Amino acid sequence: MSVQVWTYLLVGLSFALYIGIAIWSRAGSTKEYYVAGGGVSPLANGMATAADWMSAASFISMAGIIAFAGYDGAVYLMGWTGGYVLLALLLAPYLRKFGKFTVPDFIGERYYSKTARIVAVICALIVSFTYVAGQMRGVGIVFSRFLEVDINTGVIIGMVIVLFYAVLGGMKGITYTQVAQYCVLIFAFMVPAIFISIQMTGNPIPQLGMGGTVADGTYLLDKLDGLTTELGFAEYTDGSKSLVDVFAITLALMVGTAGLPHVIVRFFTVKRVKDARKSAGWALLLIAILYTTAPAVAVFARTNLIETASEKEYASMPQWFKNWEETGLLKFDDKNGDGKIQYVGAADKNELTVDRDIMVLANPEIANLPAWVIALVAAGGLAAALSTAAGLLLVISSSISHDLIKNVFNPQLSEKGELWAARISAAVAVVIAGYFGINPPGFVAAVVALAFGLAAASFFPAIILGIFYKKMNSKGAISGMIVGLLLMLYYMLKFKFGLFDGGKDAVAGLQGDWWFGISPEGFGTIAMIVNFIVALTVNQFTAEPPEEVQDIVEHIRIPSGAGEASAH
Amino acid sequence: MSEKQKKATAYWKENLRYLVILLTIWFLVSYGAGIMFKDALNSIRLGGFKLGFWFAQQGSIYVFVILIFVYVRLMNKLDKKYGYDDD
Repeated sequence: MSVQVWTYLLVGLSFALYIGIAIWSRAGSTKEYYVAGGGVSPLANGMATAADWMSAASFISMAGIIAFAGYDGAVYLMGWTGGYVLLALLLAPYLRKFGKFTVPDFIGERYYSKTARIVAVICALIVSFTYVAGQMRGVGIVFSRFLEVDINTGVIIGMVIVLFYAVLGGMKGITYTQVAQYCVLIFAFMVPAIFISIQMTGNPIPQLGMGGTVADGTYLLDKLDGLTTELGFAEYTDGSKSLVDVFAITLALMVGTAGLPHVIVRFFTVKRVKDARKSAGWALLLIAILYTTAPAVAVFARTNLIETASEKEYASMPQWFKNWEETGLLKFDDKNGDGKIQYVGAADKNELTVDRDIMVLANPEIANLPAWVIALVAAGGLAAALSTAAGLLLVISSSISHDLIKNVFNPQLSEKGELWAARISAAVAVVIAGYFGINPPGFVAAVVALAFGLAAASFFPAIILGIFYKKMNSKGAISGMIVGLLLMLYYMLKFKFGLFDGGKDAVAGLQGDWWFGISPEGFGTIAMIVNFIVALTVNQFTAEPPEEVQDIVEHIRIPSGAGEASAH
Repeated sequence: MSEKQKKATAYWKENLRYLVILLTIWFLVSYGAGIMFKDALNSIRLGGFKLGFWFAQQGSIYVFVILIFVYVRLMNKLDKKYGYDDD
C-alpha cells in the first residue's frame, strides 16, 4: 500500500475512535463539562495531562529545534518538564483541595475580589488563544503534506473534529479522547525513533543510542560535534546562548508551565488530593518518554541530514527531498552554481534552508522507513495538536461561561443555561482559533513564547502566595499580577516586535539593550520576580485578608476531606 | 492554639521541609549540573555523552520524574501519620 492510502487509513481510524469516545462520554452537567465529574483515575488523568500538554510544538517542532540548536535545546527539554515538579509539589494538591472548576475561580475567591477574577480571566484568555492558534496551524501542515489537501481545508477538518468532541463532551469527552490520543502520539513518536536508532547505532533504545557508537566505532555525538564544527556551525554539544539567558529561559518555561491554566485544571478532575499528586507523577513520566527521546531524534536527524545533503549533487537527492521542496519548507539555492549542496554555517555561503518543523515529519522518509510508519507519524502529529487544542478550548469556554457570565454578569443563570453558554463559547472559540490557523498572524511562534512568559508573570506568583502566604491580601496580589503582566507585554513588544523602535526590522539591533542580557523568551523570569516584589510590598501597606479567607488557606493545606469539585 | 490546629501546623512544617529538600535537588540537577557547571562536568564522560550535556538533555528529566514519585510516597506516609488520609 502507498503512503497516502496508509495515511488515510490510520488518520481515518484514529478520528473515528475520537468521535466514538466523544459520543460515549458526553457531558450532561456543568460538573461533567468542567471537570469530567471529578472521578478520573490518576493514571487516566496522567495520560490525559500528557496529551494535553504535548502539543504540535512538542511532537512536530521540538526535536527539529533541538537538532539545529544543539545544547541550547536543553532550555525546552528541562523547561517543559521541570515545571511539573513545581506543579506537583507547590500547586496541584492545594488547588485540588480547594476544589473549584477554574483557575480564575481560585484567584477570585482566595483574593475575595471580582477584579482579581477578571484579571485572571483576561490572562487565561490571552494565554490560551495564542496557544490554540499554533495548534490549528499544526493540523493544517500535517493535512497538507500527508493528505495532499489544501492547508485551509485541513484546518477546517480539524476544527470540525475538535468542535464535535469539545462541545458535546466537555472535559469528560476531552479527557477520554486525550487518553486515546496519548497512546496514538507516543506510539507514533517512538516507532520511527526506535527504527532509526537501530539503523544508526544498533541500539533499540533511542536514549542509549544517542550516546552509542556508529558503524565506524566513533561515538555518535563526537561524530556530530566534528561534522558541525567542520561545516562552521556551533559545536553540537556546546551552545551559543549566554549562560544567564539559558538560565532565565529555562526558569521562565518551568514557571510558565506550572502556571498554564489548561494544565492546572486537569488536576481538578481527580477524586482526592493524593490522586492529584500521583497523577502529576504519571503525567511527567509519560511526558518524559517523549522528552528524553526527542533529543536523540534530534541527533539522528541532524547527522542524517548532513550526511545525505552536504557536498552532494543536487540531482542525486532522494524523493523525500523533492517532496519537501514542493511544500516550500525545504529550499536549495545554488549560490556558486556547482550543482552541489553546500550546507554550512556561514550565511552567505549556505545553500540549504531547512524549516525545523519538518525534521520529525521527514525523518521516517529520510531513514527509508516503511510506508505505514510515515502514515503513523501523520496520525500522531494530529493527535498531539487536537488534544492540546481541545484542552485550551475548554479553558476558554469555562473562563467565559463560568467566570464571566455566571460569576460576574449573571449569577442567577441556571445550570442548564450555564452548560449552553459553555457550549456556545467553545464553538465561537473554535471558529476564532480556526481563523488564526488559516490566516496565521506572522507572530504566532513569537506569541507562544509570550504565553509562557505571561503565565509566569501573572498566575504563578498569585497562586503560590495564595497557598504559602496566609496573610497575602487582594490588593497586593492584583497589583503584582497587573505589573508583572504589563512589564512582560512591554518587554515583548519592545524586543520581540520592535514596536517602539520602528518595527520588526529593528529587533536584531536591539539585542545589545536586553536587560541583564536576557532575551524576551526568558524575560518571564524577571517579570515574575517583579510580580513577587510588588505583591509583597503592597501587601505590607494594606489591610490583611479577612479571617474567613485565612481559614480557607488553612483548609487547603490539609489534604483530607477534599470532597468533589463543586460550584459552591 | 487548639489540639487540631497544633496538629495542622506540625503537618505543614514537615511538608515544607520535604519541599525544601526536593526542590534543592530539582535546582541542583537542572540549573546546577545542566547549566552552571555544565562546562566543568563536560570533562567527565558517561559513555558517548559529556556529563554536563547529558544532565541538560537527559539526566535532569529522569531526576524530575523520580522526585515527584518520592514526593508522592513521602506525603502519603505523612498523611497517614497525621490521620489526614481519606481511606
